[in-house]
Amino acid sequence: MVCEDYKDQLMGYLDNELSDQQRRRFEEHLAGCSDCTAELEEFKKLKAITDEVSLVEPEERIWQEYWSGIYNRIERGIGWIMFSVAAIALSIYGGFRAIEELIKNPDAEIVLKVGLLALIAGLAILFVSVLRERLYFWKTDRYKDVRR
Amino acid sequence: MKDAYFIALGLVGNREDALDLSQEAFVRAYRNINQVKPGRGFFPWFYQILKNLCISHLRKRKHSQAGSLDVEGRPEPAASVDEFSPDAVVGKDETKNEVWKAIGKLEPKHREVIVLRHFRNMSYEQIAETLFCNKGTVTSRLYYARKRLKELLST
Repeated sequence: MVCEDYKDQLMGYLDNELSDQQRRRFEEHLAGCSDCTAELEEFKKLKAITDEVSLVEPEERIWQEYWSGIYNRIERGIGWIMFSVAAIALSIYGGFRAIEELIKNPDAEIVLKVGLLALIAGLAILFVSVLRERLYFWKTDRYKDVRR
Repeated sequence: MKDAYFIALGLVGNREDALDLSQEAFVRAYRNINQVKPGRGFFPWFYQILKNLCISHLRKRKHSQAGSLDVEGRPEPAASVDEFSPDAVVGKDETKNEVWKAIGKLEPKHREVIVLRHFRNMSYEQIAETLFCNKGTVTSRLYYARKRLKELLST
């Protein structure tokens, strides 16, 4: 094996992850290879200074409030979903009733009624068109399973 | 909880963001808990959620700093060096701060193996399981991560 093949073992040796047999073989290699020995020494120094870096532990209060923070986020998420669904449902119902009343109202001008019906028909056509296009692309997209 | 916080801190370098992102990861894990594959542990799955959140956070941050609208074809971002502030590290030691900032300059795939190995003390096997890769990949990434870290510290 050439030195390049020992680079993984160099890491394993440094982190005490080699089996006894691998360790012996690597030490045999080290005995006859000054390049790997020098590299190992450099990595040992780097590991020593990296191991000295320890991260600040947050105050106990932060840990005590940690799970309640998560609970609050979940609770708010559920609240927003319920609010949004209800708002959409009520808007649709209210809109439907308002249109119904306007259409049935004999005093309302015919232009207003025709315009409103055309507006609804236009929206419906746009919605169906976009939906159909999306469905087509979704069916034919070869990369749909690729994670972005 | 502590693992999630410290991993996020190692990936984004900022205490407030680490707290926020680790909590958000738990919220998303709760919402998608049915996606955990039977026979596979919770932690590797959770780690992917946390990592993706941290990477998109770094991306957004870099994006807002650069003020660019180009969102396509970007490589995974290194953290902003300013984010790796000394107040996340114990002690007022200049060498430790330099190491911490150098970790912040690593590519995410290199930074994560350093974080998991040095700050969470995980074995190669545990890292491999967490990253859904084999031990060979872990050792190779550690080799290149440390090599890059050496270069950064010597400049």
